[in-house]
Amino acid sequence: MKRIPAIAAAVTAAALMGGAASASTLVYCSEGSPEGFDPALFTSGTTFDASAKNVYNRLVEFERGTTETIPGLAESWDVSEDGTEYTFKLRQGVKFQDTEYFTPTRDFNADDVIFTFERQRLDDHPFNKASGGTWEYFNGMSMPDLIAGIEKVDDYTVKFKLTRPEAPFVANLAMDFASIMSAEYADKLAADGKVEMLNQQPVGTGPFEMVGYQKDAVIRYQAHEDYFRGKAPIDNLVFAITPDASVRYQKLKAGECHVMPYPNPADLEAMKSDDQINLMSQEGLNVGYLAYNTKVAPFDKPEVRKALNMAINKDAIIDVIFQGAGKVAKNPIPPTIWSYNDAVEDDGYDVEAAKKALADAGVSDLSMKIWAMPVQRPYNPNARRMAELIQEDFSKVGVNVEIVSYEWGEYLSRSKEEDRDGAVLLGWTGDNGDPDNFLAVLLGCDGVGGSNRAQWCHQPFEDLIQKAKVTSDKAERTKLYEDAQVVFKEQAPWATIAHSVVFEPIAKSVQDYKIDPFGGHIFYGVSVSE
Amino acid sequence: MLSFLFRRLLTFLPTFFGVTVVSFAFIRLIPGDPILLLAGERGVSPERYKELSEQMGFDRPLWAQYLEYLGGLFQGDLGTSFVTKKPVVTEFFALFPATLELSICAILLAVALGIPAGVIAAVNRGKFFDQALMTTALIGYSMPIFWWALLLIIVFSSGLGWTPVSGRISLMYFFDTPTGFMLIDSLLSGQKGAFLSAVRHLILPTIVLATIPLAVIARQTRSAMLEVLGEDYVRTARAKGLAPLRVNGLHALRNAMIPVVTVIGLSVGTLLAGAILTETIFSWPGIGKWMVDSIFRRDYQVVQGGLLLIATIVMIVNLSVDVLYGFINPKIRKG
Repeated sequence: MKRIPAIAAAVTAAALMGGAASASTLVYCSEGSPEGFDPALFTSGTTFDASAKNVYNRLVEFERGTTETIPGLAESWDVSEDGTEYTFKLRQGVKFQDTEYFTPTRDFNADDVIFTFERQRLDDHPFNKASGGTWEYFNGMSMPDLIAGIEKVDDYTVKFKLTRPEAPFVANLAMDFASIMSAEYADKLAADGKVEMLNQQPVGTGPFEMVGYQKDAVIRYQAHEDYFRGKAPIDNLVFAITPDASVRYQKLKAGECHVMPYPNPADLEAMKSDDQINLMSQEGLNVGYLAYNTKVAPFDKPEVRKALNMAINKDAIIDVIFQGAGKVAKNPIPPTIWSYNDAVEDDGYDVEAAKKALADAGVSDLSMKIWAMPVQRPYNPNARRMAELIQEDFSKVGVNVEIVSYEWGEYLSRSKEEDRDGAVLLGWTGDNGDPDNFLAVLLGCDGVGGSNRAQWCHQPFEDLIQKAKVTSDKAERTKLYEDAQVVFKEQAPWATIAHSVVFEPIAKSVQDYKIDPFGGHIFYGVSVSE
Repeated sequence: MLSFLFRRLLTFLPTFFGVTVVSFAFIRLIPGDPILLLAGERGVSPERYKELSEQMGFDRPLWAQYLEYLGGLFQGDLGTSFVTKKPVVTEFFALFPATLELSICAILLAVALGIPAGVIAAVNRGKFFDQALMTTALIGYSMPIFWWALLLIIVFSSGLGWTPVSGRISLMYFFDTPTGFMLIDSLLSGQKGAFLSAVRHLILPTIVLATIPLAVIARQTRSAMLEVLGEDYVRTARAKGLAPLRVNGLHALRNAMIPVVTVIGLSVGTLLAGAILTETIFSWPGIGKWMVDSIFRRDYQVVQGGLLLIATIVMIVNLSVDVLYGFINPKIRKG
């Protein structure tokens, strides 16, 4: 019964804010404050939710709820024969948001695209050092090496010249750091000597415009009336910043918010049985793994690695560590990514077969280290406990395990060393939904001594992923990645352990909400019934 | 009085410098490289690492970084957060009023209930009220804040619906906050019901934050009162036939107040520490959560700047307590 007055209050709030009698408001109990509002400066999902996902658009975008790319501010694009030139035709008549702090005088055009990328790319660009920009994602996705030049062909055509053919480039442009900013707004800020405001008062083309922000308390948005895909069904969007998961749940129950992220696993049962709450779930875009060092004996033998994989009881790990909020992983990419090869068979849990395989490989009295991460991650909520479970499993096949751990920064850098001792627990969360972002980064030959913690460079696998990288045809790429997953499973450089399952409890009054596989929270297309 | 104040101020300066050294060193002693932590699993190439180190000034010797920090301090510059890219001072003063408002309410509640409770317990020593009160105080003191806060939310917010779950004011109110104190800003806004909403939002966090200081003040008042009640002058006052209220309330309490004021002064530190948990649970936009987040991210500038500001505030409060002693007991002022 208490739900009704609370929602009624929200509706009144909407009326106060928007002035319309039938205005509808959606309250999202977000988990923290954004670091800022310029998505190119930051890397956290919390920041992207508050900026890129709802305020901005990109040339190419991900279709809501999927990892498929669709046209965004670019209507279409052509790729040159050699795969090194991408020409984007821009959408016409797209309006920037008209806010209290800025009134645009022109529509979106090629200048905005040039500004967006050149400020990140060129050291001498006037906005390159603004707001202490380090452009983490732009650099992290190797864009400075990849982009040779950006050219304005005409007001509505932009050409990107690349230093090499790279099929995942289009998916990169759909990432949050590639959100298109207004060059006109930036010029105005520069003229007023207030360049840092670009990061504090955002102006985008997206479905919601920012109305107000109080750090650690609330962010308010209203629907962008002239949004090019049509005005959002909700009139007002409010982020009520609520850091504690139990409190978010209480707020959802009390009707003080409609959508909450990251519930406590312990609350899931109660949420499932709550008739006011719709508990949505989907596999996360991540993978947790145990990477053997394939350069160090006896882990240089695939038979040994496969034998150890058979000794791990993954179902027990899902129950104990993930409390059900996880799914056994058999491939190095999660099922939400295109080209996921469901035909691959996992190395089943079989203690006797594992013992035999180890004996056949001539391994006895093996002692090894397992590295346990000191931090919680969606793909591994408790690495220490996971290491203990694996230690117990391995002891059943006569393998003695010592568990080691380091401070997180040190863990990340030490685990890269090629002569590292032992197997490392780690994982990865995808950036752009492209299989290349998992397979090449984590298992490619270039990553040895770096992000390839298995130090695994296997030519047949490498050939497949390199070929896929320079192939533009998606069907062909899919086939290549499917084959690569088969090779991966035969060679077993990792024990693939789990993909997390993302849960999102939402109020029953919320319609058409979709879980974003990238972990974002997107409110365009969502409505609230009164 | 002036020379007393001057003497106290002299001890203030070395403490302040001590705090700059400790706050600077403290966060750097915790293992963890901010650049590596920022990069996470994605990693960072050695060239990029070098570039970022130079940009953030980590490549220079520690003493040079410290001197630069000190130089900035003299110009009122506490540095810039390398996470949010905003000046530390701006962030601090945007968030501090929320913490201050909550802390003031909590200390007022703790004093308003703690002192009378302690006095009544002392006067009724050994009786049922005394024992019940001291047991309650002990429970209050040992209560895990996190659990206590959630319990209150579940009962009073979700269950009975009397108080809001979290936040500082209902989302339906939307106005500028020139002072940062929601009670004042809600009145200034002129929006109907805003002030009441701000008060309702303050109730549970105030109770939670006041719990420990309340228990400490009650126990301290009781023991100080017991000591004073046994003194000759109190016996004389009673023998003169003064009313018990006058004896206990005026003669005894005034002398019992010195240790109590000390405890209240020291509670300010406890309150700021308690605010970390309380603010997190009640989504209270104060400095507690800001500091914790910054420690996890090894945001050096924020941690050292924030610590310094908080320490300065605690020092100022303690200085005020010392001055207050002088009023309560002139012997201290002259000694």
